Amino acid sequence: MPEIKVTPLGAGQDVGRSCILVSIGGKNIMLDCGMHMGYNDDRRFPDFSYITQNGRLTDFLDCVIISHFHLDHCGALPYMSEMVGYDGPIYMTHPTKAICPILLEDFRKITVDKKGETNFFTSQMIKDCMKKVIPLNLHQTVQVDDELEIKAYYAGHVLGAAMVHIKVGSESVVYTGDYNMTPDRHLGAAWIDKCRPDILISESTYATTIRDSKRCRERDFLKKVHETIERGGKVLIPVFALGRAQELCILLETFWERMNLKAPIYFSTGLTEKANHYYKLFITWTNQKIRKTFVQRNMFEFKHIKAFDRSYADNPGPMVVFATPGMLHAGQSLQIFKKWAGNDKNMVIMPGYCVQGTIGHKILNGQRKLEMEGRSTLDVKLQVEYMSFSAHADAKGIMQLIRMAEPRNMLLVHGEAAKMEFLKGKIEQEFSIDCYTPANGETVAVTTNPSVPVDISLNLLKREMALGGPLPDPKKPRTMHGTLIMKENSLKLVSSEQALKELGLNEHQLRFTCRVQLQDPHSDSDTLHRIYTHLKSVLKDYTIQHLPDGTVMVESIVIKVSSSAEDANAKVLLLSWSYQDEDLGSYLSSLLKKGLPT
Amino acid sequence: MAAHLKKRVYEEFSKVVQIPHEEAPAKKLRLSKPSKSAALHIDLCKAASATDALQYLLEFARKPVEAESVEGVIRILLEHYYKETDNSVRLRIASLLGLLSKTNGFSPDCVVDDVINTLGNEKSHQVLAQLLDSLLVIGGQLPESPAVRRRLVQVACKLLSDTNFGVRNKCLQLLGFLGTVETPLTKDGEGPSSSLGGVRDVQSIISTYFSDQDPRVRTAALKAMLQLHERGMKIHQIIYEQACRLLSDDYEQVRSAAVQMVWVLSQLYPESIVPIPSSNEEIRLVDDAFGKISHMVSDGSWMVRVQAAKTLGSMLQVSPHFLEQTLDKKLMSDLRRKRTAHERAKELFASGEFSSGRKWADDAPKEKLDTNTVNLIASGACGAFVHGLEDEMFEVRIAAVEALCQLARSSPSFAEKCLDFLVDMFNDEIEEVRLQSIHVLREISTHITLREDQLDTVLAVLEDSSRDIREALHELLCYTNVSTKECIQLALLELLKNLNKYPTDRNSVWKCLKFLGSRHPTLVLPLVPELLSTHPYFDTPEPDMDDPAYIAVLVLVFNAAKSCPTMPALFSDHTFRHYAYLRDSLSHLVPPLRLPGRKQVYSLDSVDSGCGSGSVESAKLFLQQSLNRVSTIQNLETPGAQDLLNFTIRDLQRLGELQTELAGAADFCATFLRCQLLLMKALQEKLWNMAVPLCPKQNVTATAAAQQILEETYKLEFLYSGLESRQVATIHHVRLQAKTLQLVLTARTRPGLDLPIGSCEKFLQEIESFQRMFLTELPHLQDSFVDKLLEIMPRLLSCKPLELVKILQTTLRQSGLLQLRLPEQIHRATATIIEPTGESDNPLRFTSGLVVALDIDATLEHVQDPQDKVKVQVLYPDGQSHVIHPKPADFRKPGPTRHRLITQVYLSHTAWTEPSQVEVRLLLAYSSSSSSPSSSNKSGWSDSIDGLPPAEAAVEGTIPFSKPVKVFIMPKPARR
Repeated sequence: MPEIKVTPLGAGQDVGRSCILVSIGGKNIMLDCGMHMGYNDDRRFPDFSYITQNGRLTDFLDCVIISHFHLDHCGALPYMSEMVGYDGPIYMTHPTKAICPILLEDFRKITVDKKGETNFFTSQMIKDCMKKVIPLNLHQTVQVDDELEIKAYYAGHVLGAAMVHIKVGSESVVYTGDYNMTPDRHLGAAWIDKCRPDILISESTYATTIRDSKRCRERDFLKKVHETIERGGKVLIPVFALGRAQELCILLETFWERMNLKAPIYFSTGLTEKANHYYKLFITWTNQKIRKTFVQRNMFEFKHIKAFDRSYADNPGPMVVFATPGMLHAGQSLQIFKKWAGNDKNMVIMPGYCVQGTIGHKILNGQRKLEMEGRSTLDVKLQVEYMSFSAHADAKGIMQLIRMAEPRNMLLVHGEAAKMEFLKGKIEQEFSIDCYTPANGETVAVTTNPSVPVDISLNLLKREMALGGPLPDPKKPRTMHGTLIMKENSLKLVSSEQALKELGLNEHQLRFTCRVQLQDPHSDSDTLHRIYTHLKSVLKDYTIQHLPDGTVMVESIVIKVSSSAEDANAKVLLLSWSYQDEDLGSYLSSLLKKGLPT
Repeated sequence: MAAHLKKRVYEEFSKVVQIPHEEAPAKKLRLSKPSKSAALHIDLCKAASATDALQYLLEFARKPVEAESVEGVIRILLEHYYKETDNSVRLRIASLLGLLSKTNGFSPDCVVDDVINTLGNEKSHQVLAQLLDSLLVIGGQLPESPAVRRRLVQVACKLLSDTNFGVRNKCLQLLGFLGTVETPLTKDGEGPSSSLGGVRDVQSIISTYFSDQDPRVRTAALKAMLQLHERGMKIHQIIYEQACRLLSDDYEQVRSAAVQMVWVLSQLYPESIVPIPSSNEEIRLVDDAFGKISHMVSDGSWMVRVQAAKTLGSMLQVSPHFLEQTLDKKLMSDLRRKRTAHERAKELFASGEFSSGRKWADDAPKEKLDTNTVNLIASGACGAFVHGLEDEMFEVRIAAVEALCQLARSSPSFAEKCLDFLVDMFNDEIEEVRLQSIHVLREISTHITLREDQLDTVLAVLEDSSRDIREALHELLCYTNVSTKECIQLALLELLKNLNKYPTDRNSVWKCLKFLGSRHPTLVLPLVPELLSTHPYFDTPEPDMDDPAYIAVLVLVFNAAKSCPTMPALFSDHTFRHYAYLRDSLSHLVPPLRLPGRKQVYSLDSVDSGCGSGSVESAKLFLQQSLNRVSTIQNLETPGAQDLLNFTIRDLQRLGELQTELAGAADFCATFLRCQLLLMKALQEKLWNMAVPLCPKQNVTATAAAQQILEETYKLEFLYSGLESRQVATIHHVRLQAKTLQLVLTARTRPGLDLPIGSCEKFLQEIESFQRMFLTELPHLQDSFVDKLLEIMPRLLSCKPLELVKILQTTLRQSGLLQLRLPEQIHRATATIIEPTGESDNPLRFTSGLVVALDIDATLEHVQDPQDKVKVQVLYPDGQSHVIHPKPADFRKPGPTRHRLITQVYLSHTAWTEPSQVEVRLLLAYSSSSSSPSSSNKSGWSDSIDGLPPAEAAVEGTIPFSKPVKVFIMPKPARR
């Protein structure tokens, strides 16, 4: 039986370094090619030697598909394509193709220029790699080759995030990448049609979480900011450049607009500015509200949000500043934090998760005295708030997606093993489908039951239609007679006459004959007549003829009677039927063997 | 740019010109009278090719066919149908058959059989479908003929086994439309339904197509079933299970129709019991359906989601247990149970501390959850509204909010529960949704009391920059109940903030505080010293009486004091003074109070309040009596009649001022009587007694009177709503009299010359049109002027103008007073301009030649279709006037008879040396043609162009119906 094999090289029972190999219908596909944020050594990138020990990957992969621009989904791409070697097609959506190189370049700069690593990919490599990228549009079916086709669906999460439906023949796999089932201020919810894939490979970051309504969190956030501004305080929001930053910008921008507020909002320059530019361009990828109103005004053309300058931090009066990075561990956000920490009117809002050891983590845990470098201490008087704005589907969202797509098997990646275990149980219980949670390097093989398409000749079909009563019921199988011809890799079902003609064969008649002994005292012709009446009474729906030449025809079956030489009473019935009437013929013979009724 | 545009216009224009050239041959054909069936026959015979024939048929379809010749045309079409080999032509003929059967006055029963016969040997599926469509039309035209219906249903059943989805669709449509309600289809006759096997009723036939292979057919089957339901057939309960199965169909239109189907069944059989699959339990059908439809709120297609959310709102019989589940969402984080923000807020509130500083991890997960109890797939109704309110598409969110509203109105406990969710929606990104949720909250506010934290969230919206939102919120606050005095304080504080930020909200805020005060007197009481900043020992400075914020506070306090007699004791002296002032200036906001030492106020008020409903009755009686008295006047020349009229008019006017309920009626009568009075005066002028040649050239008073009567009649006709055709006839009658007067006067003023024949003819036509329009009212006009005129009409038609004038004059002078009968309800359209107030002394300065936008805010009462009728007039000091048509979107409808106009008008003028005032007022536009019952349809307009008698040509004009407001403006000369 054919199989679909799935092997995670990364993100198997783990978050980060997403890289999943799928072989389906003889094609090998790599889904995502990410890096791991937690490591700085070789474990950072997926282990491509799994595919081949030496040499280039081009011969072993038919295509690479990148779901979105986060580095844990695309960070290893230049390394794979340029350093390991891959020249085949790489697919990603337009926004991903636009934003991905910016992030890769930034990542490269930090690693090479700041940390001084060598043996890392260069700017040129990023460019070369991007040249191999073929952009995808939503819901556009792209033929990778004659058999393999892929189709992208909207996934929410970040701008340009996509789920991909991979199909070879009638076998198919859906890979979700990261997705979000609840819409937010700038992106819509993930959607997929009822494509019934053989395997649905889903992320499971929040496998054990059901989240509260987004609205409460938003309202809380806005209220906090508003109150601080009214008090005359300053608000610092440390963010990472892409994704949440834009959502929060939109949130504040619309709020400022609605409430007619005047206090300035700044965001630190650099990445965000460039990224905002792309958000402006890819309006079709955003949510309903932004899409509908952009004719009047593009929501990403912020009216109230301006670029930040270092000197503004000392300006008097209220203001809101978005600054990178998000965990307050370095850079501009930290500088501003130091300046504002002493005033209890001010506030810092942490919109995301903070890694242990960072200042963000410390202040979130209520630490009020921070030790700075140079043995100075910093009194933290400002208010510290935490708001979680995460764009992954929660457990309910994952279940909802499964309901939408109706897969035959489920495979969870991009999550912690223990949490996956819970969700796996739930999925198996609710949908009664198999669910797999492979670890990295572990292969899951799923047997598929692909249907084999057969061309059927129109004539044959019409003939069948003419025979059979009401409309064909698509849900019930129906038997029909025909000849299956396998020729040059294609299957054809034709009528037997046509098959003979096509193959240049003569038709051979196959007839079965059978003798049945009967004890009957009557004369031959009487016996025959008795058989005739007997059959007539048993087989009501068939045409039975008594022919003048001393035979009885039931449909095309011939029955003759001859008395044996020895015993006049013992009659021998001669039955003869063609191969097509085998059913009726054998029924008749067994019927006659029982004898005639007296 | 302009040149470029022009060029483009020309380009497009030239394109338009070219097309008729190409169609030149077709034009010739049109000349051959296509409405006659014979001509069609010839046309079709002449047609060389299918394309030609198609062309003829298309041309033919454009012209209407008279009812008499329809049958002939159909016969000819059918004849051609049989001969025609081309599918597209046959298709066109088939569609024409349906079109023709729709002709008014034609009964298609004579052609039914022929059309049915054509079905027999038709091979093309498209044509078959089209024929069935035409049969559908024919069936619709013959609702009274069960025999035809039965035949059509049989035909439909027979063709149901067609392989083409279109044919099956149409058959199902036919079945749904015509399927007999009473009797099942039996074997009787040679009905083809017998081939389908024995006795089957329409429903079971249709329901077999629920599992058709084509989704379009499945949809059509569901729709047909729904139509059967609409036509009053009771749908069997067996369908329920099938419909439920279709809820998980692959195609959205099927799912959408299935949602409707399930809903219909749940309304039909709410109390029947259905088993829950995979368990032994059973639940009520309505609950089961509710659960299933709730499930659809998280469907993949937003159309279905909207449908499902809307449907949920009307399932009021659902058990409360299920209803409350829709708001349920168990939160967890890492498998630990977590409380929702709503629960936390409630707890925080209950614990008494209202902390604003928020702790890290106060939403930390609590107890560990048992993995088995967590239910991820929402079984039943779980969290349907939570999903619906968070949906991506605002259409779904609005539908969910509306459904929430409907359900909450019928269940107070649910209202309490959904409060948090509605309040959350105040923060939606789409204004429409925010507005809707505010409205909804207002509607259910009788059931609920807002907690402080909830009120806080609600009040935050007061700062919204959208005026609609703010006003909706004020409206909401008028109806809300709050629980503590802190809430009142909070609300007042926020409202004052709002007032400060948006001074234009003044009226709305005051009104809001009025209700807030009168609803919560006991909560306001402890706040009074603080609000009025009184001090037990010290005299505090007297606040500024013109400060809107201070007025706002006073409105709150005074309204609370109305039902709280102990409150006035806390007032200081100036408060009493301010009360007197406000009671006078803002009497609609400040209620009468029983204040110590203010007897005179008290007594006056008691008079006011003493004459409650009884006084309305007596006033009505008075009105009627006055009218009766007037009706005793027999003739216009009765002595003393003038005085009587004068007094009555005065009485009526005073009555209108005293009794607001009857103001419309009294005004109407007074105006009507004034017309009569004027007419009377004009007729009693001395000039009538003089010989024609002697009378002065210009008779000013009489002419002016005639003109004024005309104007007044237009006011009478268009300014008042609730008129019946009888009153309209009376008004027209007066107008006719005025016109007669005019005619006679013209004749007299130029004695030597002959009256132009045209004006006589015009007058006669007017009499005729009056007769036409008010044919039904003529019996009531016995012995009136018109009645007499109509009597001598033949004579009038034949006589010469001079003679005519003479007759008219005598008839007019002999005509009596027409009695006025009052309709039940009569209201005068009024408008009040709230903004601009006209009080400002600061001129609006702008550069001459440029424009300045002036905000106009006005309320309109009793105006129908203000979008078409109401206009803004701006009158400049130099006599220039501009009329501006506000956009339809500028009109809002806050009440059933009330409209609100919030618009901007642009002013512009050349430079002035000093500021001056322009007048702004509202006009009510009318056109007599649109109101006359005979030509109410719009097509009358195009007809009159074709040269119908001009008697009914629209008289268009405007009536000012608001007090003018003066605005100070100053166009400065442009600086060079």
